[in-house]
Amino acid sequence: MKPFEYDRLENSHDLSAVANGRYLGGGTNLIDLMKHQIETPDVLVDVTRAGMDTIEQRDGAVLVGSQVSNTDLAAHPLIRKHYSVLSTALLSGATQQLRNKATTGGNFLQRTRCQYFYDTKRACNKRQPGSGCDAMNGLNRFHAILGESENCIAVHPSDMAVAMAALDAVVLTRKPDGSERRIPAADLHRLPGDRPDLDHVLEQGELIVGVELPEKPPKLQAYRKVRDRSSYAFAVVSAAVALDVEDGQMRNVRIGLGGVAHKPWRASKAEAALEGKAPDTALFMQAMREEMADATGHGHNDFKITLAPRVVVSMLKQLTGLGEN
Amino acid sequence: MDHAPTTLIGDALNRVDGPAKVTGTAMYAGDYKIEGGISEGYIVEAPVGPGRITKLDVSAAENADGVIAVLTYRNAPAQKPYGTPEDEGRFTQSHAVLENDQVRHFGEPVALVVAETLEQARYAASLIEIEIEPGEGVYNPLEHRDQEEQPESVDGLSEVDTYEGDFDAEFAGSDFTVEASYFTGAQHSAAMEPHVTVAQWDGEKLTIHMAIQIIASAVSAFANTLGIDEENIRIISPFTGGGFGSKLGVHNEAILAALAAKHCGCAVRVAQTRRNVFANGPHRSRHLQELKLGAGKDGKLKAIRHYSLASMARNYPFAEAPASPTRASYSANAIHTIHRVVKADIPKVDSMRAPGEAIGTLTFETAIDELAEKCGIDPVEFRLINEPQADPTSGDDFASRRLVECIRTGAEKFGWSGRVKPGSRREGRKLIGHGMAVAIRPNTLSPASAEVSLTADGRLTARLDMTDIGTGSYTILTQIAAETLSIPADRITMELGDSSFPTTAGSGGSFGAASSGSALFDACNSLKSALGERLAQAGVTANAFTIKGEKIVAGDREIALADILDQDGLQAEGSVDPDNHGNGKAEYSYGVQFAEVEVDADTGELRVRRMVGVFDAGRILNRKTARSQLMGGMIFGIGGALLEESLVDDRYGSFMNRDFAEYHIAVNRDVPDLDVNMLDGYSKGSNPLGSKGIGELGICGAGPAIANAVYEATGVRVRKFPIHLEDVLDQLPAL
Repeated sequence: MKPFEYDRLENSHDLSAVANGRYLGGGTNLIDLMKHQIETPDVLVDVTRAGMDTIEQRDGAVLVGSQVSNTDLAAHPLIRKHYSVLSTALLSGATQQLRNKATTGGNFLQRTRCQYFYDTKRACNKRQPGSGCDAMNGLNRFHAILGESENCIAVHPSDMAVAMAALDAVVLTRKPDGSERRIPAADLHRLPGDRPDLDHVLEQGELIVGVELPEKPPKLQAYRKVRDRSSYAFAVVSAAVALDVEDGQMRNVRIGLGGVAHKPWRASKAEAALEGKAPDTALFMQAMREEMADATGHGHNDFKITLAPRVVVSMLKQLTGLGEN
Repeated sequence: MDHAPTTLIGDALNRVDGPAKVTGTAMYAGDYKIEGGISEGYIVEAPVGPGRITKLDVSAAENADGVIAVLTYRNAPAQKPYGTPEDEGRFTQSHAVLENDQVRHFGEPVALVVAETLEQARYAASLIEIEIEPGEGVYNPLEHRDQEEQPESVDGLSEVDTYEGDFDAEFAGSDFTVEASYFTGAQHSAAMEPHVTVAQWDGEKLTIHMAIQIIASAVSAFANTLGIDEENIRIISPFTGGGFGSKLGVHNEAILAALAAKHCGCAVRVAQTRRNVFANGPHRSRHLQELKLGAGKDGKLKAIRHYSLASMARNYPFAEAPASPTRASYSANAIHTIHRVVKADIPKVDSMRAPGEAIGTLTFETAIDELAEKCGIDPVEFRLINEPQADPTSGDDFASRRLVECIRTGAEKFGWSGRVKPGSRREGRKLIGHGMAVAIRPNTLSPASAEVSLTADGRLTARLDMTDIGTGSYTILTQIAAETLSIPADRITMELGDSSFPTTAGSGGSFGAASSGSALFDACNSLKSALGERLAQAGVTANAFTIKGEKIVAGDREIALADILDQDGLQAEGSVDPDNHGNGKAEYSYGVQFAEVEVDADTGELRVRRMVGVFDAGRILNRKTARSQLMGGMIFGIGGALLEESLVDDRYGSFMNRDFAEYHIAVNRDVPDLDVNMLDGYSKGSNPLGSKGIGELGICGAGPAIANAVYEATGVRVRKFPIHLEDVLDQLPAL
């Protein structure tokens, strides 16, 4: 671990003193990465005591502070009642101990679990731009099938962010100059392109202060995480599905996919294909096949192209009463 | 009764070291403290291997804060060449590190940074510049089949290959056959406690605190590596945080600690990080296994051929023997077993819990299941049909074999109702499958010795260099002494894990309890005889006596121990010699495993629902610790079937999933309901206690029972392990 300076932010409204620091939340990922010197910040700015730790209702929407722990967020009555997909997604991630420490803002910003990113002796464009991608022709069972580039096939590891994307949540940020942004959760993360070192669109010093969950989310919600081990395992493929069924027609269909791309992937083609239609298993499958039309396997992860549609179809069947538990 | 009944062998006595462990006072190697402090060493790993170091610039590291020294091949104290003497076994020969500019494999230490704190050492390590000119490496045995060779020996068996009967003729004459290739992935023991050693020199005397399973061979390893006398080495290891084979011998951190302590003139601790363990600890090799089985219409096995191919780490002579169970499980007209290796430039390959049987039953017992199905015979019945009367390969009589009883008991407890059409048992979204397999594991006894001392205060102290790797050594040894001498368990102090104590075989190969326990039993019997003589001298003739408080109670007489003991008490020694036991009989522990799995019909996710294991391990020394061992073995079996695999990038010969997030060990949620059963028994002749090995038996057969259940659930015979959802995905029902 490279020696670093430690500062503590007392007030999230004044970031003017934050210059080159990295924000520290629960530290469940950043500290690990610092030990491996994959992350080497000169300054850590601890934001865990700068407020931003409440969940409140405002004008129908729910505002979640960025320092609310994953445990508290998952357990909150408002979340469990109206945004159960988020609660389920959070509880499927990590372990109780990690969820107690991990924060809402930090969960968005956890970095990929690509084994070549973690092994500093191997080539990784995300860790060391220009060094190459050893995952491309290497062990890539966990890697992306959608939106990847020739430079990077890593996936984003978060469960929470997939549910947030499906809920059309809005990430609220503040910059050192005091200006604020509202970034749709689905747009917070980037596709790798030729800058796989950049996971997201936040600028240096820009702080996630909270998340806004819009009012009246779809009533039918589910999160399913397909994984090898039944707990403490990252998703092979995960899906957050939310929709309403009104007068026999599907409305507000939202499908987020995890474990398939560099970012939580909104299956917008499939959503469009389903919107306004009556629930039907063949239609579900057709919609997901359309979504997967551009999917590419890299060897070990080819099966995800088959698996991802099956997961979503299974969930849609269950949510619309066509399938079994 | 005015006092608690004597603790007996077999009682479910709580762990006598339990309170120390749960309160944190049990002293593990890494916890050890020395006045004046301990400097911390951090391993710098070679990025690739094999190769030659062409640049190794340590100047920045040497000048970093807190750094005491940076050891490399240039300044490391002298050592004997790695792997010498060649005629010694792998545990005792030189384990030299930082020997020269040659790198054997990725992850091998090329430097050790010693600093005042671990953080300083770790940061300074990152400042070292290394360049390596890579050589041609052999990593994957399957890509180098032209280099396969017969190893000089295989682990645990007297013969590398066996050829009983005319296989070709019997196979050709079979009515039903199975011919299949299986692949099992590399695995790491991944004990909770990473390998750790604290070394301290006092002149020529070296004191080592380390996590180790076998102390005596470790002493020899240090002596042979450092070129010093064994008398000058003391190893202390009262508690080891899990071994599973990975701590049978010494590994790189141990030698590095000794070298650094010498070079720096201070005590040095080297604790492997979790990532280090995957390259600087040993692993189970990947294996290819080819099975050919043939049976008649009556289900009687005619022909068995089991061929295995593994990696052997170059200059580290260990080859696992997956065909071991094949030699002894079933009767057949012809049984051929063949082991081959390819020497590879990879980290050490060594024993991992149930070497041979863990992956050998995994393949053999799934092939047997397939053959039973082809014969149209229930897999339980098929095994009963092929039950041998004598060891099928050696022809020796069995010392004791209650496999049939295990199978029948297990089938009843599980509610085995015969095979159903694969994929036909369904509950909601889950496909349900049942499967079973047989467990078998050689039972061995090793030389061991012990000493006991009884003092006038009625306290017994026993000493032996046996280790406790979490299995319950302290507890079962306490019970053996308590029963033999009729002394309350709480008056016994068991001192283990010190090379200055009498030598045992340590913990490994499921021989630990029987070997050290028999030696202690012998020592206690000697003490009992001596006590009887003292009593007789005092005018008391008694066939039986108990030690109660500071007195001996013999019939209606009570004699103060002080009256018959010397001032320093009464001492006795004991030992066990394997040559006096066994009588040339075939020695195995047995069991059966039944498993129920569920497979998500939509996603292919595989989970175990319940398992029933029934085991014949002779006399059970402690029902509680034995159950824990067997249960832990069954959980290992779940890992082997569905979870655990060390992934190798064959371009670099390096393991890639080097932490617990990525190397999947079963978690609680993967282990729903395990029903562990032990047949009451006594294995006459095996050893003076009548026990049989139990530490590895629980894994055997667990994996294949699960794999056979996956087949029944899905109709897919998966021949690579661990089984993943994508292996069954394409065969799942349409949505």
